[in-house]
Amino acid sequence: MIASMRRVIAQPWLYSFVGAALVWIAAVTYTGGYGAGGMLSAGIALAAFSVIVGTAQMFVITLGPGNVDLSLPANMGLASAVAMKVMGGCDALVLVGLVAAIASGTTIGIANYLLIRLLRIPPIIATLSASFVVQSIGISYGRGLQVKPPPGFATATTVQIAGVSVMAVVVVVFSVGIGLLLHRTTFGRSVAAIGQNARAARLANIPVERIRALTYALGGALGGLCGALLAGYFQGSSLDIGNEYLLTSIAVVVIGGTSVAGGRANVTGLWGASLFLVMLLTMLNTYGVSAGVRLLVTGLVIIAVIVTAGGPRIAR
Amino acid sequence: MRPERVMSQHSVVIELTGTEKSFGAVRALAGVDLAVAMHECVGLIGHNGAGKSTLMHVLAGTLTPDKATVAVKGETLKRYGLVAAHRLGIRCVFQELSLCPNLTVAENARILHPALRGFGWRRRAGELIISKLDEIFPDHRIAADAIVGDLPIGKRQMIEIARAFTVTTAPVNLVILDEPTSSLDGHTASQLFAFLRRSVKAGMSCILISHMLREILSTTDRVVVMRDGRVVTAGPTSSFDRNKLVVAMGGAEHHGTQADTPAPLAAAAAASEAPITVRMKPKGQHDGRELLARAGEIVGLAGLAGHGQTDLLLAVFDAGSGRAKKGAVADRIALVAGDRQTDGVFPLWSIAENIGVRSLARFRKGVLLSVEAEDALAARWKERIKIRTPDMRNPILSLSGGNQQKALFARALGSDATTVLMDDPMRGVDIGTKLDVYDLIQEEAQGGRTFLWYTTEMDELRHCDRVYVFRNGSIVAELARHEVSEERVIAASFAEAA
Amino acid sequence: MSVSVVSSTKPGGAGVLRVRRTLRAVLPALSLILILLAIWHLNARAISYFGLNLMLNLAVPVALATVGQMFVMASNDLDLSIGTFVGFIGCITATVLHDSPVLGIAIFAGCIVVYALLGALIYLRNLPSIVVTLGMFFVWQGLAILVLPKPGGHAPDWLKALMSLKTPYVPFPVMAAVVIGVVAYVGLMRTSYGAVLRGAGGNAVAVERAGWSMLKVKMILFGLAGFCGVLAGMALIGLTTSADANLGNGYTLLSIAGAILGGGEFTGGRVSPIGSVIGALTLTLAGSLLNFMHISPDWQVAAQGGILIVVLAARVLINRAGSAA
Repeated sequence: MIASMRRVIAQPWLYSFVGAALVWIAAVTYTGGYGAGGMLSAGIALAAFSVIVGTAQMFVITLGPGNVDLSLPANMGLASAVAMKVMGGCDALVLVGLVAAIASGTTIGIANYLLIRLLRIPPIIATLSASFVVQSIGISYGRGLQVKPPPGFATATTVQIAGVSVMAVVVVVFSVGIGLLLHRTTFGRSVAAIGQNARAARLANIPVERIRALTYALGGALGGLCGALLAGYFQGSSLDIGNEYLLTSIAVVVIGGTSVAGGRANVTGLWGASLFLVMLLTMLNTYGVSAGVRLLVTGLVIIAVIVTAGGPRIAR
Repeated sequence: MRPERVMSQHSVVIELTGTEKSFGAVRALAGVDLAVAMHECVGLIGHNGAGKSTLMHVLAGTLTPDKATVAVKGETLKRYGLVAAHRLGIRCVFQELSLCPNLTVAENARILHPALRGFGWRRRAGELIISKLDEIFPDHRIAADAIVGDLPIGKRQMIEIARAFTVTTAPVNLVILDEPTSSLDGHTASQLFAFLRRSVKAGMSCILISHMLREILSTTDRVVVMRDGRVVTAGPTSSFDRNKLVVAMGGAEHHGTQADTPAPLAAAAAASEAPITVRMKPKGQHDGRELLARAGEIVGLAGLAGHGQTDLLLAVFDAGSGRAKKGAVADRIALVAGDRQTDGVFPLWSIAENIGVRSLARFRKGVLLSVEAEDALAARWKERIKIRTPDMRNPILSLSGGNQQKALFARALGSDATTVLMDDPMRGVDIGTKLDVYDLIQEEAQGGRTFLWYTTEMDELRHCDRVYVFRNGSIVAELARHEVSEERVIAASFAEAA
Repeated sequence: MSVSVVSSTKPGGAGVLRVRRTLRAVLPALSLILILLAIWHLNARAISYFGLNLMLNLAVPVALATVGQMFVMASNDLDLSIGTFVGFIGCITATVLHDSPVLGIAIFAGCIVVYALLGALIYLRNLPSIVVTLGMFFVWQGLAILVLPKPGGHAPDWLKALMSLKTPYVPFPVMAAVVIGVVAYVGLMRTSYGAVLRGAGGNAVAVERAGWSMLKVKMILFGLAGFCGVLAGMALIGLTTSADANLGNGYTLLSIAGAILGGGEFTGGRVSPIGSVIGALTLTLAGSLLNFMHISPDWQVAAQGGILIVVLAARVLINRAGSAA
């Protein structure tokens, strides 16, 4: 009993939830309890998006050192445009639009993998160059595009029932699925194995390259999906829609207790970290601090978390 | 030959007494004494894992021993490390190259010499290293401005050796050469040994580690033989010959301590008709010999470490998992890694997960993996291979090295593999673990599994039906079960081209 | 004699390797020449004193940021924060440095110290530089917004004068690029301590065994990156004359791309100062080339990505040809 208690306390993701709660309390205390519920439900709704992008980034980072997807923002921007164009403001085409967005994201993911594999370049540079290209495709494809999302789709992404965002509930279910995918399927186990020790994974008969390809494709697909959903939430596509998610996606993965060195992913932590970051921004907003302070605090929090999580250099 | 040396205190360059060093459960050095005199070239030999390299790292100051007394000219040093070694003029040519591949030859010389600075350092560094290369290897054809990474391994080794002998401010008194000729051809090797003799005559000392007994016999003044972390024999080189060295390394007293496992004759006979499961030619083999293994056979791969055994296992592994087409290999292969940290263990996982990773496909119930099935497999093998842990869901790193190795065995043996490759899996494993595993291997082989077993431990070869001895990437001998003996294996692995 | 003949024809022999290395070394210059030729073909007048001045103006801060990134890459790290750092320095230049030069210079010195401390932190705690510098990306951006919430400020007059210098015969940006490249080359490739700095990226264990402090190496490399970032921010403001907190954001990606284009690699301490400057020039000119080709500015970024991919592909081909010969 005590041992299991200790094990729970030792989980790094727990701190992000505690942090989120503390920050929320701090914000509520400042407003004198005014808007406590609203803050929470708005926060949860926004956090859901970070969770989806964070999941994409988490899978890629879990593949091991050096793996990271920098093309997610560009991917999301393009996917939001694709989704809105395909839907064309018509509720009947919502599903088709979502599929198109996911397909666009998957294509980018596969392109990323091919660059890494064929050009033998580090993922950071491959996804970076891909993001340049995708950004341009997005700009030229989405030029002058001001398509509103279909009303039904927009409602679906924003509607709240009893203060609870429906989107968020769906994303919670999605997270449970991702948790199962990670821990209870051959694919998830293979990703974790490769991230811990790619050589050992190969020698344990894991098809390393196939899993890598699948992971980048999955990351791209989730990025595409999130882009489309954001377009619904913000009432229209925009190529900049994903911009802030480059840093957020990496931040929620790191704060959420996923190992930056790969091999260990944490889905629960993504929620804690996303809530924490959203709540932090909410709190700073209620305090009325400037955007500068918000960014400064976010940056320092990320550094503090990684410094705490990192171990000292092993002297030899 | 020089007259019998009198080891007066002043002629001793450095003296280590009672050196002990353990890595986890493995005792690499169990109380070693070693003294090197001026004007002396000491040959250090021993089988793999005897502790030679560890001892040299201690001497060079790159490894802190658990216990040791270091004395110089009769005075005991309180602290000994990199700085002290450098001041004393002790240099080491390590087995793993310690050059920076992205720098030029001259720049690499600069890294070792803080004094090479200021205007014209590049030219001075170049002259320093090139003149030393000229001295040791007169026809080296190495340019000072060549990038080291672009040079073939032999030239890199030459630079590394020459660099150890260069002098700016700190003196050079003792140079340790750890397998210096492993990537040199015969011509350059003989140049090196001639140079060593000249330097020793001029007052320098050196320690030479080599598996080439001929080099030891022709170059050194004194031989030290190590085995299992201890010095077993030492004496003037003139009192040894090849056979004596081989016997000393093998430790003849060990003979017969381990009872031969009685081979079921019937099984052996049946094996010769069993279907061939592995047929593979080593990459460096030019005489048409190839490695054959039949279902139910335990085939040993012997010889000195790094002579192509692991490469062959990896070739078989790749062929078996469809990555390469060379050779014929029956399907379903599993590998038991010897280097647990780099090739085997998934450090963040539990014992059960580490065992189950090779059998994930069998755990599938519908879409998801069944945790119960994984636990069941883990529990079965905890019992069969005697993994000592209260809970198979504990992290793998909570186990001792030997039990981690058992988990790796369980991973392979618990899988559906018909051929199991073992890459010197008992490296640094305690005897209890070994005995637990040996029986299991016999049992599994009788059940029809093929084992390819690379081992550097002589005793283990007795468990094999047939043994291939490797040297320089190719098979140099094939011994049937009754022919396997320590002398024959060592003789074959030390066989030197005339 | 026969020995050298044999070894140079052998697969992977020294001769082939030398050719391969030379090819790789000229690759950045080749891509720059190709772009210049293409521009000349489309509009010959662009290749003139005035035209080059115009096209390459912005190359100066880009080249400085790229060289800064290269220092970090030399020790197998990456600086994702250099973009917002350049932006922050720009804001300080247009405000504090303009009003009270001494305080401004003190802030710059402090920034360089912060960079060196980051290097120490990354080394001592064994942290992934990507995440730490990602955090710093936010920090610098936040500070920039705090210093200059709205676009504005004024560049010091001497800085404006310097950046719009009319040099005889050779346009100022070209001269500046040459100076930057030569100074970085001499510092990193020709000095005796530069060899240690690069060696640390190639084989850190060997360098430590030889008695050098890796902590000091990391701090110096990061400090140099900070110094280059300061110069880049100042140069940028000298050109734009006023500042904006988000002015430098794109420099992170540009600097990484430039250093890679210039022959740098992420591991092994393989970097090239002159190549990095050429890479920065190439990326800057790519924009102009697209203008001359009447391709919409939409595809500017794609062209940068495309150039990067093509050059990396060429590099792979060279390596493969070398090993297959």
